[in-house]
Amino acid sequence: MALVKPYLDVPGTTIFDADQSRRGYHLNQFCMSLMKAENRTRFKADERAYLDEWAMTEDQKQAVLARDLNKCISLGGNIYFLAKIGATDGKSFQQMAGSMTGMTEEEYRDMMLKGGRSIEGNRYVGEKK
Amino acid sequence: MTKSTNNGAKITASVYTSHVPAIGVAIDMNKKGEAYWQPLFQGYEYSQQWLKDNKPDVIFLVYNDHATAFSLDLIPTFAIGTAAEYKPADEGYGARPVPVVKGHPDLASHIAQSVIQDDFDLTIVNKMDVDHGLTVPLSLMCGQVEEWPCPVIPFAVNVVQYPVPSGNRCFMLGQAIRRAIESYDQPLKVQIWGTGGMSHQLQGPRAGLINREWDNQFLDRLIDDPKGLSQVPHIDYVREAGSEGIELVMWLIARGAMSDVNGGPKPHLAHRFYHVPASNTAVGHLILENK
Repeated sequence: MALVKPYLDVPGTTIFDADQSRRGYHLNQFCMSLMKAENRTRFKADERAYLDEWAMTEDQKQAVLARDLNKCISLGGNIYFLAKIGATDGKSFQQMAGSMTGMTEEEYRDMMLKGGRSIEGNRYVGEKK
Repeated sequence: MTKSTNNGAKITASVYTSHVPAIGVAIDMNKKGEAYWQPLFQGYEYSQQWLKDNKPDVIFLVYNDHATAFSLDLIPTFAIGTAAEYKPADEGYGARPVPVVKGHPDLASHIAQSVIQDDFDLTIVNKMDVDHGLTVPLSLMCGQVEEWPCPVIPFAVNVVQYPVPSGNRCFMLGQAIRRAIESYDQPLKVQIWGTGGMSHQLQGPRAGLINREWDNQFLDRLIDDPKGLSQVPHIDYVREAGSEGIELVMWLIARGAMSDVNGGPKPHLAHRFYHVPASNTAVGHLILENK
């Protein structure tokens, strides 16, 4: 029986469930490896070669090389794992989160300073803004 | 202070706080005085003095691991640390320059034995590093210190891979933890801390979501109607407080351990604070004292 997913109608949101976790296992475990300083150094020296050590799909590798976090998430990545890539790049969590919204870093930071993204219009897919 | 009918351990108070990693960075890099951070740290000035005045013997600290000690190789829903010490983890930026966390293996093992026999299947952890989920609350409450004021029992909850435990399960677990602590025969003052939240979403086009109204209702209900609050389903957290706002279920573990849930008097609200933003997140903070 398929998993029951009551959360598919939440806009702009991917819930990291068992299906996503299976899809992203190697991608996320690659991210996990970046918690060791020597692995960060090896990754930065030759990203492609480092990625090729992992049983990731080509799409996943391309998404990492492009730092396309939305794509990484759609391919099974989880943000807490993906954050290790950002850490390796010296990015803050705010820079990483902002990069997924289509806003510039400045626009996103300003939005947060003004109280964040409003819940109004953001509860259901297709809801009127 | 707690009125005790026996000479065993007592839960004296519960503390609730967000554990945003950027707060740790602000502390470690001495940015507390910056205009961006000042209002946040002002909200914890009372708390740091309160902790000095109400120093516990042990802190039971409920938090979640953020893909640090637990990768996708092993995903325990509830994990209790029974080790003698825990090192601050390197989460990708290098380890935070904070003290090693000393555990309390004897009490932790007692709690594990009691809670498991009370039908909650805990995972027992004898070796792990602890990430910002555990060390940021300690820094917020203690400031920059050479050593933490007392031993800490880390209690990690899976909120990374769905489904996380329900609010109801967390609330009941808190009650089992209270029974466990209060059956320990040493006269220890124990605080239980629930961390994480409040509303935030770190992923996807909806990242940056904040729901001030929902957060404040959560705080109101946590104080006055924790049992009712424990019935809120996951989907409400996700929809209203963001995909990472679901960390708030962990606050119900700490709240479930308070005396009033077991027929005792209502706790005293010593402190309440709410602030937006810290990086991507709404910060909430409460201190409840058992009477």
